[in-house]
Amino acid sequence: MNGSALTARYGTLTRELKVFAWMAGVFVWAYFLPLSSPKVIAAIQEAFKLLQWYARNHTLACVVPALFIAGAVMTFLSQASVMRYLGPQANKPLAYGVASVSGGILAVCSCSVLPVFAGIYRLGAGLGPASAFLYSGPAINILAIFLTARVLGFEIGFWRAVGAVAFAFLVGLLMTLIFRGEEGERVAAQAVLPEPEAHKRPLWKTSVFFACLVGFLVFSDWYNPGDAMVRLAGGGQFAAVTLQETHDEVMFQLKEDWAGHRSGAKLTLAKRDLASVEEAKTWVIAIHRVKWWLAGAMGLAVLGMTWRWMDRAEVGQWMHHTWDFAKLLVPLLFGGVWVVGFVGALIPEAYVASLVGDSSLESNLVASVIGAFWYFATLTEIPICEALGKLGMAPGPMLALLLAGPAVSLPNMLVLRSVMGTKKTLVFSGLVIAMATITGLVYGALR
Amino acid sequence: MQLLVIGPGCAKCKTLAQFTEQAVKELGVNAEINKVTDLSQIMALGVMMTPALAVNGTVKVVGKVPSVAEIKSLLQRAAA
Repeated sequence: MNGSALTARYGTLTRELKVFAWMAGVFVWAYFLPLSSPKVIAAIQEAFKLLQWYARNHTLACVVPALFIAGAVMTFLSQASVMRYLGPQANKPLAYGVASVSGGILAVCSCSVLPVFAGIYRLGAGLGPASAFLYSGPAINILAIFLTARVLGFEIGFWRAVGAVAFAFLVGLLMTLIFRGEEGERVAAQAVLPEPEAHKRPLWKTSVFFACLVGFLVFSDWYNPGDAMVRLAGGGQFAAVTLQETHDEVMFQLKEDWAGHRSGAKLTLAKRDLASVEEAKTWVIAIHRVKWWLAGAMGLAVLGMTWRWMDRAEVGQWMHHTWDFAKLLVPLLFGGVWVVGFVGALIPEAYVASLVGDSSLESNLVASVIGAFWYFATLTEIPICEALGKLGMAPGPMLALLLAGPAVSLPNMLVLRSVMGTKKTLVFSGLVIAMATITGLVYGALR
Repeated sequence: MQLLVIGPGCAKCKTLAQFTEQAVKELGVNAEINKVTDLSQIMALGVMMTPALAVNGTVKVVGKVPSVAEIKSLLQRAAA
């Protein structure tokens, strides 16, 4: 048996082992779950509540349109033209910039991050741009940004994207500086770049198309901050923020002291006990009221453009890519949300708060280190942060976790090691942890 | 004919493998299809974006899944 067959067989073996480990894990969990413990029952309930919250609020308006956008990025934007800027003949300073933002296009699927990283490093523009891409890629893909902004708030989503791009540039530069003079052994093979495809339509058409697609998502997903005046059926009223709404219950966070509860306290009320929930009058909420009209207009525009400008094969490909993403991400996301709800309910609040409850250096460092080593299945970092936030995690450490989390993990460090060696992997991981900590600190201090 | 389907095993690589098999079957050509999943071997072939398809040692398609019809015309050209 030759070497390649051996590695191929080893590859399949590890994959099958992974599947087996999952089955064994679920089996042990099901076998030993102490179902009579009230804590476990509460946790199962909490898990389904969180899942319902995702199903009701984040699925149709956010995840589904984002999947269509990700599919459209794969179909209508030329990945090949981006790779030109990262190839062996690339202009170096430009390569850093392109690498820092290209994750938005190239890393739509997380499984493509490592091959592209290895490609840029060994065949293309070298260590610096490759590191920049590796750091920013997972954080700025379209699905991650929208889901972060939707679930954790616009501000943290925005800073996640900006922080990832800015620090990717720095991480890339630092890696080059630290290892200057020892560019890794480059593969002798000639890089095969994808052929640039002939432009099927002028750039402005593509731009307008994407603007309307994103517009649809932005409006359909318009965030209602939930400021409201709540009147109870039994008399009495209070100002509050609507946090979470399930089929028959609403969770509020008080904005004023009421009936023995302090401002900021969380309160779950049955819907039949509420007389009315009147929304506050701000422009954000005003747009929220007409959001379906705006989203509808954008949706019609997208349909019109698809009909007039795209040929059938392209539309077919678009749907195909979208469906591929759906198959890949939806089970992960929904399964992840359920697990997060379950585990989150079992972790004592005080414990989380004591570790990452403030904006100190220590909290940010803990969040970054956990994020760097822990493996997050694609997009599940978002419900995890949401659950930790409810348990008292401060925004600074949350951003640190979001930045360090998807960029590196223990399994992915092992692959990195095989691509660029132990020393560079350690330095890269160290830089990621340091950068994430600093970003978290700065964000926490600015708020 | 030697065909290599190159990619670490993501969904798109599987689609490419399936399309390639279909193209070979429809053309009725004699071809051996192998998969390359190891990163360093992928690099050694000069592939920066997966999935990729190599025919007789030359990489023909990079970074996308071509349609069955495209693969067929590729194979016909290589056989000629």
